[in-house]
This record gives sequence, structure tokens and C-alpha cells, in this order.
Amino acid sequence: MLNEEKLKQEIATLLSDQKLAVLSTQSAGGFAYASLIAFAASEDLQTIVLATPKATRKFANIKNNPRVSLLIDNRSNQEKDFHDAKAVTVMGVAQELAVGGPGRDLVPLYLEKHPYLDTFLRSPTTAFIRVAVQRYYLVSRFQEVMELHIQNENDLSVI
Amino acid sequence: MKTIYLLSEISRQDSAVFGGKAIAVRRMHEEGFRVPATVCISVEAYKRFVRESGLQEKIQLELHRKQFSDMRWEEIWDGALRIRNMFLRSIIPEPLSREISETVAKQFTDTPVVVRSSAPEEDAAASSFAGLHESFVNIRGIGSILEHVKLVWASLWSDRALLYRQELGLDIAQSAMAVVVQELVSGEVSGVTFSVSPTDVAQGVVEAVYGLNQGLVDGAVEPDRWLLHRKEHTIKEHIGPKREKFMAPGGGGVILKDLPPDKMIKPPLNAEEVITIYGKAKKLENIFGKPQDVEWTKIVSDFFILQSRPVTARQDDDADDKRGWYLSLHRSHENLKKLRIKIENEHIPAMISRAAELAATDLLLLPDTELAGEIETRRAIKEKWTGVYWEDFIPFAHGMRLFGKIYNDIVNPEDPFEFVELLAHAPLMSLKRNAALQKIGAHVKQNPALQQSLAAGDHEKIIDAEFNRLMAEFSSKYGDPFCGTYSDNTCAESRKGLVSVIMQMADSSTLEERKQHSAGRDKKGLERMFFEKFKKGDNRAQAEDLLDLARASYRLRDDDNILLGRIEEQYVLALQEGRNRLKRNNIDAVEQLPENEVVRCLRDPQYRPCLRESKELSPEQESRQMKARQLLGQPAGPGIGRGRARIIRNPGDLALFRKGEVLVCDAVDPNMTFVVPLAAGVVERRGGMLIHGAIIAREYGIACVTGVADATKLIHGGDEVTVDGYLGIVTVGQGNRDLPLNGVAT
Repeated sequence: MLNEEKLKQEIATLLSDQKLAVLSTQSAGGFAYASLIAFAASEDLQTIVLATPKATRKFANIKNNPRVSLLIDNRSNQEKDFHDAKAVTVMGVAQELAVGGPGRDLVPLYLEKHPYLDTFLRSPTTAFIRVAVQRYYLVSRFQEVMELHIQNENDLSVI
Repeated sequence: MKTIYLLSEISRQDSAVFGGKAIAVRRMHEEGFRVPATVCISVEAYKRFVRESGLQEKIQLELHRKQFSDMRWEEIWDGALRIRNMFLRSIIPEPLSREISETVAKQFTDTPVVVRSSAPEEDAAASSFAGLHESFVNIRGIGSILEHVKLVWASLWSDRALLYRQELGLDIAQSAMAVVVQELVSGEVSGVTFSVSPTDVAQGVVEAVYGLNQGLVDGAVEPDRWLLHRKEHTIKEHIGPKREKFMAPGGGGVILKDLPPDKMIKPPLNAEEVITIYGKAKKLENIFGKPQDVEWTKIVSDFFILQSRPVTARQDDDADDKRGWYLSLHRSHENLKKLRIKIENEHIPAMISRAAELAATDLLLLPDTELAGEIETRRAIKEKWTGVYWEDFIPFAHGMRLFGKIYNDIVNPEDPFEFVELLAHAPLMSLKRNAALQKIGAHVKQNPALQQSLAAGDHEKIIDAEFNRLMAEFSSKYGDPFCGTYSDNTCAESRKGLVSVIMQMADSSTLEERKQHSAGRDKKGLERMFFEKFKKGDNRAQAEDLLDLARASYRLRDDDNILLGRIEEQYVLALQEGRNRLKRNNIDAVEQLPENEVVRCLRDPQYRPCLRESKELSPEQESRQMKARQLLGQPAGPGIGRGRARIIRNPGDLALFRKGEVLVCDAVDPNMTFVVPLAAGVVERRGGMLIHGAIIAREYGIACVTGVADATKLIHGGDEVTVDGYLGIVTVGQGNRDLPLNGVAT
């Protein structure tokens, strides 16, 4: 039977296996805006980190409204995905971590997973972002959905 | 899996693992030839290194920034330099470096070695592309050997290899490089032997020099050359050059030395020795089953065979294939020094006096027929100098690149283009020109009445003596930057354009602001750091020499264009005068007439050119459905800038340029860089880190992205554009207003 530990384990495995996530932000006009993005997650599942150039829509959106959602999945574009693929939907609050400010100790977490992105990350025009996770929704077996709530000390807002 | 092997441990079948060069050495050893002590590092070592250091994906990212077929050689060179830097800055994982070190240390206790590439492709058809990868001579100590192994690995992605990527079957996911480390056998005479001449199948060739082979290979030392009858095995002809220099091991590489007088008059080989080494090449041809190109060195009477590979003439028959020309741009330090003397002492004075001479002719006084002749003469002069530009000026630009590679080897900087900071030393001509414009701008600013009449468009009737003097001085020194460039055929309106730019400069303290941005960089500190890495003596002097050469290369790359622009201007002025006369003779549409028609009309007053339909292109239907949001190019000038796009299609557009706009163009011609200090950012279709637009933008600390495919089509005039010169991206459309500009907090 699935217990909290197993659920956490499954989510953690999916997060560590996958390199890319779909990030959803909200535009000033209220539209959802989805982007494919490299990410890394902390072992305790409290934190997801990502990076984006600052001139992008997604960054402007985050500045405007830090409440974001991510989708991470292991589909392979085969029929078997319908029974086999897993997806986790993440909800959380994003915050830019400025150079020299708190939270930059998360940089190695990101670079360990994506060593080829170090030049990109070092650019002064790249924003490094922490998402303080509030909730996970794990979807498997086509329609089974499990929720995991995270008590997060970095959470600055209430959804 | 083991990665390093002794020669005796590898077999003939392993060419995919150890590369063609290693297998050939093994075979020669078996057949009783004297070869240097050799160890082989397998492709597995390369694979482990790129996998474990994350380099595999970094190379992919670098080479996929743009459709490969769209990349110019300059961009390929830049990419190869970045990849090389990635290799230099990545540490070989501990178990792997220990494994290599142990074997190498056992084989070569404190003897200098040669670290050579041994590409697995080399024994396939691609063997004809020898020299696309790198080899390093006179390397000592395990630390340095490991560093050079990385450089040989990196040369799998050298600009030369990338140019021939199809022939080499280069595949980022699959390709790998093997390495051989050999004892340096430093004979008193070295050379190359072709068992069959690449140009005549009935002949063989022996080439020999005193000292090391490197002098012969990179063209610094002219070899003695013997042509042999292939069948009879006899000498047909000996061509002895003026023997002056030889290459010797020195410092951490090789150095060129003067030949002692007794050797100057004596060929490096006698006839008997020529026959002996030719015989060895023939024997190797029999062993390998193909004509061979054999590198050797001679100690006392013994010939050591350094390497042997098949002779194949490179197929560059296709006239459109410019790759051979690009390969020829790789010049040695010696070669570039000679080129510099030619450029500085011959070309530049000749260009200056030629332009002045042409300017002295009063075109208005020439009768029509003489004017026709003058137009043709000036075109021929312009063409001659354009030819010189391709033949000497562009190759000389390689001085910067040569320095950049050495700087990166020595300093190992985070930014592979840090060396460019050291190159700006003496002010470039275009910067001096911009300063002169600024001075006029400052004068205008101080005189509101003058400013008003200029703003009213009365620039022809200005009575301000100082203004007129400054303008006259400007055009006598720098010519008219609006005239004669960018395939525009008119100089009309150009003064108006210049005045418009001056008004923009008067409008603000633009250049002062710009200077402050670029002032923060510590060039002196970088220079000190670079020289501190050299010990006193030969190496230090060589480094100083090279930096001096690179600075000249950087400066001349800009100045030569301005000088060429002045010669082109004289041609355009003559053509323009011809058109003016035809206009007075009531000939229609003279601006569209090609040069030959103008000349014909001037010579034959009865002739009336038939007007062809003007091929005015209708502006492309703009798509409402598709638009570019974010475009990728090269991060050629660090900084971030945002502003409205100004698309420059011809020089006339420059007059419309307003301070704070983003300059978007096909290619920044040095003759148009005078608007750069006004720009918030620069976007260029033509790619490269060391091209004019990038150089000038860096000088002023302006964000610059080059190599944006279709920039002038995908970005529209008036679009709001954010230029990110750190990441090399251009964002079109409303940007993020919170974004600090120029990397400085707002």
C-alpha cells in the first residue's frame, strides 16, 4: 500500500530522473503561460530551483505573480504511457535568489544536475529562482492522483 | 577499462580504439624501423573525460547555437575556441589522470615528449586531412603532458576539423580522439618524404631542414627539396633555398634560431642520405599498400620515423569551396611578422597617398571623356586594394587569434575572449574619428544659435567659422563616412546625415557616459598577470612580441577598412560627378545607371541608355501570424541594452539614428561605427566575436550580439528590443522594465 514515505520516494525519484519540467506562470492579463525549463529538486522535496534569462516573459510573469506551477513527467510518447507514465504537478511560490544574497547555496544543486549550464547560470542576466513547494499531486495509472502537502518555511505567501 | 597502453600491447586491428597514427607506429616498429618510444591513450579516455566532466552536452550546446551550415568560418573559430577553453578548464577525473600519469611517468622519466593526435578517422578516407588536429612538441613533466592531452582532445573540435566535419564524419555524440605520447627525438636534421609526389606520380619528394620538423611544417623554415625519379630511384633535381633559420626545442615548445654560417652553405642531407630516406618511404609504401607521406628525423646516421600516413591530394577543386583559403589563414608567428612589415611599411602609406592623390584631382575641371577615364581608373584602384585586403589584411587578423589561443593556454581564464581586453591599446582610427565628431558636437552644444540653425536644416549656410573649420578638418582626415561604403552609390545628402549625427552627439554627453562603462576593466592587471606567467628570457620576449603583433592585428583590422573606405569614396565621388553631368544633359534616372553606362554616356554624347524596369522589390508581406520573440546569436559584447530597433539597410538610414536606439544591421562596417556610441545595443547578422561591430561595442561597453540569422528581417524598425550581450540573446517585444541595463543597477 502506498504510504507517505513511498509517495515521497516516488515523487523524489521522478524529480531526480527528469531533467526538464513544464513551468506555468501567469501573465499580467491573467493568462496561464507554460514553458519548458531545466530544474533540480532538493532531496527533502521542499525546494525546486530553476534559471531563466531576465528578459523573458516567464520571468516578467513571476515578478508579477510569484505563484507558479510545474509539471514533471516521464512519458515516452508511446501508447503504454497511458498506464505507465507518471506525472507530478507542483504548486509553489517562486523567488529570485540574487547573487550574494541568501539561498545561493542552492547553486550546486542545480549545477550538479546540469553541469553544462554553468555559463548560462553565471551570466548577470540570468535569474536563479527558488520555488518553495507547497503541494505535489502525483498522477499515475492514468487517473490515480495522490496529494502531498509540504510544510515550507520558505513559503512567503498563502495560496 | 584500461585507457593507456604500451606500443607492444596494441594490435593492428585496434585502429578504432587507438587511431591511425598509433597503429602506423606500431606497424613500423614491427617491421624494424626505428621509431620513438611511444605510449597510446585510447579513445576510451576521451569518452570518460567528456562524460564525467559534463563536456559532452556543453559541446552539443555550443555547436547547436545555430544551424551549422549558416556558420561563417569566424563563428566556427570562435566556437572551437570556447570548446578548447572548456577542455582546459575541466579537470581530468582523478582515477583517469592517475592511470595516465603512472604509465607516462614510467616511460618518460623527465624526458621531453611530443603529444600527438591520433584520430580514429585518420586511416579512413579522411587521412588526407592531416593537420586538422593538433600535436605539441617538447612537453615536459606529467602536469604539462596531461594539459596537452586535453588540448589534443579538444582539437577534435578545432575550427579546421569542423570545416571538414562531413569528410571526417564528425559526430558530437560518437566521435572521440586517441592520443600518442612519444619521446621527443631531436635530430640535427629532419624532414618529410613523399613516396609519390602529390603533383606528379612519376616522382618522389624529399624535403629536409636543419633542426626540428616544425619549422618545415608551419612554413617558418624553407626546406631543401629533392625530386626523385620514382622508378629509377635516382635524384632528378635538388632545389636549395637560402638557408637562414632552424627550429629547436626551447622553453615549453619550439623556437626559431639563426643557422650557424657553416650550415647555411651546406644542404642538410647528402645525395646518399636522400636516396636512403627515399628508400625507407618506398618500403613503407609497400607495407601500408598506399603512397606514404613520412615524417622523420636523423640522429648521426640513423633515421627515426616519426609518422607515416597516406598521401592524398586534397580535393578543393570546387571554386565555391573556400575552406582551403580559410585553412590558409592559420599563420605562424613568423609569417605574421613578415605580413605586418608589408602592411605597415608598404600598403598603408600607399593607401593614404593614393587616396590623397585622387582627392587632389578637381573632378569638376575634367572634360567628360577624361572623367569617364577617371571613373574607370578609380574603379581599378578600388579593386586592386580590395584584392590586397583579402590577400593580406584579412590573413593578418589571425594575429589576434594566435594570441588568444596562447593567452588561454597560459592564463586559463573563465571567459575565453578575455584576451580581447588586452588588444585595445593604441586608439583605433574609428574611435579617434568618433572623438572628433564628439568635439564638433560639444562645440554645437555651446552655441545655441548654431544648434538652432543646424536643427532648421540650414547646414549649407552656416557662418560659424569654428564649426566650418572643424567640419573641414574632419573630412580631410576621415573623409565622409556616409559616402562610398555599403554599396550605396550616392554621396548626396551625406553632409546632412553627418550633421544629424553630430546633433545627436551634441544632445548628450554620450561618449563620456560610455567611457565610464568601459573604464571599470583592469587591463593593466590582466597584462601583468599574463606576463607574470612567463619566466624571464626567450619565452618572455616571445610573449611580448606576440602581444605587440596581436595589438597591431587588432588595430589594423579597423584602420585598414577606414583607409579602404577612403579609396572607395574617391571612386564614388567620380561616379557621382558623372551622374550629375548626365542629369544636366537630361538623361533620366541616372542614379540607377550602372557604372559602365555612365562611362559610355560620358564618352558618347549621342548615346542614350535604355532604361530597364527598375527592380524595386516590393516590401515582403509582413506576417501577422509569425513573429520572432527571442533570437540567438553570439555574446560578442557583454552588457544589456534595451531600446527601439533601428534597422540599417543603407548608409542613409544612419542619419536617422537616434540616441538610445538599438542598431540592427547585416554587418557593422567600420565606416559606420560612428553611430555605435549612440546605441543602446548592437545586433548584427554577420557572426563573430572579433568582428568590427563587436570590437567597437566592447570598446564602448555596449551590449552586442552578432550572428543573429535574418536579424534585419525578423526584427522590425521601432520594435522594442532587449540585447543581452552576456547570453547572446535578443528579445523582441516588450521587455522586462525591472531589468537593470548595462549590467548596472538602475
